[in-house]
Amino acid sequence: MRLGFNFWLGASLTALVILAGVLAPWIAPFDPVLDADLMSSELPPDATFWFGTDGQGRDVYTRILYGAQISLTVGIVSQVINSVIGITLGMTAGYWGGWWDDLVNGLTNVMLAIPSLIFALAVMAVLGPGLPSLLIALGLTNWSWTCRIARSSTLSLKSQGYVQAAQTLGYGDLRIMFTQILPNMMGPILVMATLGMGSAVLSEAALSFLGLGIQPPFPSWGSMLTDARQLIQLAPWVAIFPGLAIFLSVLGFNLLGDGLRDSLDPHMRTRKP
Amino acid sequence: MTAPLLDIRNLRLGVALGRSVHHPLLKDVTFQIMPGEAYGLVGESGSGKSITSLAVMGLLKKPLAVFGGEILFKGQNLLSLPKREMRRLRGNRIAMIFQEPMTALNPLSTVGRQIAEMFVLHQGKSWGEAEKLAVEALGNVRVPNPDRRAKNYPHQMSGGLRQRVMIAMALACNPDLLIADEPTTALDVTVQAEVLRLIKELCAARGTAVLFISHDLGVIASICQRVGVMYAGCLVEENETRALFENPRHAYTRGLLGALPRLGSRSAHGRQRLVDIDSIIADRSKLTETRFIAPRGAERGQP
Amino acid sequence: MLRFTLRRIFQIIPTVVVVALLIFVIFSVVPGTFAASLFADGKRAADPQMIARLNEEFGLNKPLIERFTTYVTDLAQFDLGTSFRTRQPVIDLINDRMWASLQLAIAAMVFALVVGVPLGFLAALRPGSVLDTVTMIGAVSGLSMPQFWLGLLMMYLFALQLNWLPSFGYGDGSFRNLILPAVTLGVTPLALLARTTRAGVLDVLNADFIRTAHSKGMSEAKVVRWHVARNVLVLIVTTVGLQFGSLIGQAVVIEKLFAWPGIGSLLVDSVAIRDIPVVQGTILVIVLWFLVINTAVDLIYAAIDPRIKQE
Repeated sequence: MRLGFNFWLGASLTALVILAGVLAPWIAPFDPVLDADLMSSELPPDATFWFGTDGQGRDVYTRILYGAQISLTVGIVSQVINSVIGITLGMTAGYWGGWWDDLVNGLTNVMLAIPSLIFALAVMAVLGPGLPSLLIALGLTNWSWTCRIARSSTLSLKSQGYVQAAQTLGYGDLRIMFTQILPNMMGPILVMATLGMGSAVLSEAALSFLGLGIQPPFPSWGSMLTDARQLIQLAPWVAIFPGLAIFLSVLGFNLLGDGLRDSLDPHMRTRKP
Repeated sequence: MTAPLLDIRNLRLGVALGRSVHHPLLKDVTFQIMPGEAYGLVGESGSGKSITSLAVMGLLKKPLAVFGGEILFKGQNLLSLPKREMRRLRGNRIAMIFQEPMTALNPLSTVGRQIAEMFVLHQGKSWGEAEKLAVEALGNVRVPNPDRRAKNYPHQMSGGLRQRVMIAMALACNPDLLIADEPTTALDVTVQAEVLRLIKELCAARGTAVLFISHDLGVIASICQRVGVMYAGCLVEENETRALFENPRHAYTRGLLGALPRLGSRSAHGRQRLVDIDSIIADRSKLTETRFIAPRGAERGQP
Repeated sequence: MLRFTLRRIFQIIPTVVVVALLIFVIFSVVPGTFAASLFADGKRAADPQMIARLNEEFGLNKPLIERFTTYVTDLAQFDLGTSFRTRQPVIDLINDRMWASLQLAIAAMVFALVVGVPLGFLAALRPGSVLDTVTMIGAVSGLSMPQFWLGLLMMYLFALQLNWLPSFGYGDGSFRNLILPAVTLGVTPLALLARTTRAGVLDVLNADFIRTAHSKGMSEAKVVRWHVARNVLVLIVTTVGLQFGSLIGQAVVIEKLFAWPGIGSLLVDSVAIRDIPVVQGTILVIVLWFLVINTAVDLIYAAIDPRIKQE
């Protein structure tokens, strides 16, 4: 497997975001919520406040470091939920076929008919704002593509010799699915999940920006931008840095996902498996 | 003696690997085709038949390049012809039929329109006139209901019909030379015979010369007056078709002939096994000019 | 073609029905009634009398099955219910704002097509060139960027600093007001279109029928015009159809950012105050739009590609 420049650039950006999130409590110079001081609000970037301060005098750099925790949590948890739902439905539908397959297919089509951000909005409307609702909303939104991939991989894997051998040996359906089929479709699923992390981070930012996601004063990159709209003329750095953080982390996930996909693509493969 | 229509001299061609290095695929290929003559090139896959024809058409794709020799068409060296002049010859004076009738036609365009393009390109006709001529051309290749068929898309036609469309397209401008690269390989045996007869009759009637490429000596024998045998990028033998069958001089040709089943041969010679040639293509990079046939073929181990 | 068209149109109906059911279910499983949360602001509990009145008025105390029947019969008569807050029919609220949203969505998609497709084409015709590299870097950046952030920056630059364009609002539908939101909303589909067009053109250029076209003596320009363009169009149409979904979703955020009076900002405002009938109605209308667009795309697709109708 040869991984190109894009993959390594993506991996570095992702590593940077992870480091920022994990090390935030140690490397951040201030407290993200408590160190508010109206006397020092809207200060431009300088030696003390690297990225300047926001409308309440909080250090933007500190809040961005802590914001990485929220973005990562949202990205990872929502994709785990997505993958579990997608794999479970897709694999069983492909394996068992029949009415169950029809039902899952119908459900997938309906989900695809609802724009994902709109669906997430609906769920947020029901559950109310906050991190847990956000995780559920984004976890329930994007599983349809994963489901489709899981289903079609299962269909093609089902006719493979080793799966049929396992059936002949009398292995149970679930055992076959988890030991023979699942490991063999993890590649494309992993690619989907990596790319999905990017779009989950974007959706979180959008929902928080609208005031329906993470609520202030918690330092989500999206909600940091909510105030920026009023402050942008006086303090453009309040708008620039959080957006840049979102952009670079999503770029990281996207490049990582694209790189993984290219390396899994049989056309691009140079060595024999 | 008349001048040859196509005169290929010492054609050398290969994969460009860097500025000066190259990996040779054709080594000093030389042969002539007379006006109206049907010439066959036979050889296994990878022997260089197809790239020879692509070189004549000027359709070699990037890593492939000509390194030496001349391709004279009516005395004019095609290799030094400006792009624009070459385009005017291509399709108009030299036309080509490809192996895959399934993918050689644009799936989103009617066959009538794809034939009509020839008249618009080379004869300056309007689309309306060209479409009418296209129907006529379809009739000439004996497609039933040509006016209805012209409105069809390729996916609505069988492989044999599509290949007829390709022939109609290639012969649309009455070219002097038709290059047919394995035109019947992808077709059913019965359809093969019809398509072959069509090519043979139409070209004979119009006086079109044919460069017919195939790995199948039987097909070549039914259509060509002369045959060149290619092996590992070299033209190893050339003769009148009949003479080649009766008296193959080269070991590889003998191998090819031995692999050919013959009707009635059992009553004449008793039950015989067909002889097979090693199916592995020789690693050309290890072959030297002198011994390229020696390590394989039916002659191996014989004195 | 007519039968194909009719069949595709009728295929929308079951999906709409299921989506309508799904929406009803989602908004019925919530713990606690909406009336309570509607009047609760912050930590102060809502006035029980007002809750009771609202529950009475909207029949929220009735059993689930009865509410469901009302919902379905109303829907069948194109009645989307009444807003909790303004007491206006939801359908009127949506109608008032529909045109602004359509305007924005279409403008954004047109912008994406007009810029993205030619860029992808040129990039594919000169692979490895500076233009190709720049386009592809731009595309992956465009896909990774939060659109509202880009909108915010453009608003700062073009409206607040340079004063070229109005920073927000509908401005009686003037074109100048449309530019910033439409460009912002168009960035993601633009990036995706540039990418798919490039990949599609490269794919088609390697097809056998392109070699046939060259063998006919066609110039490069004619090959592209006669044989590449149409085949890539199929891919572009599909991408546009798929992208409309996320475009409609993003439009919600962009409408809010630029204070654009469309159904997107209506949806966000209604979610914020939990005006459930409006939320339900807006989502249903958005899904319906998305389905209509996808069906239209399928029909265009079938008109371009003769192989589709033959199933």
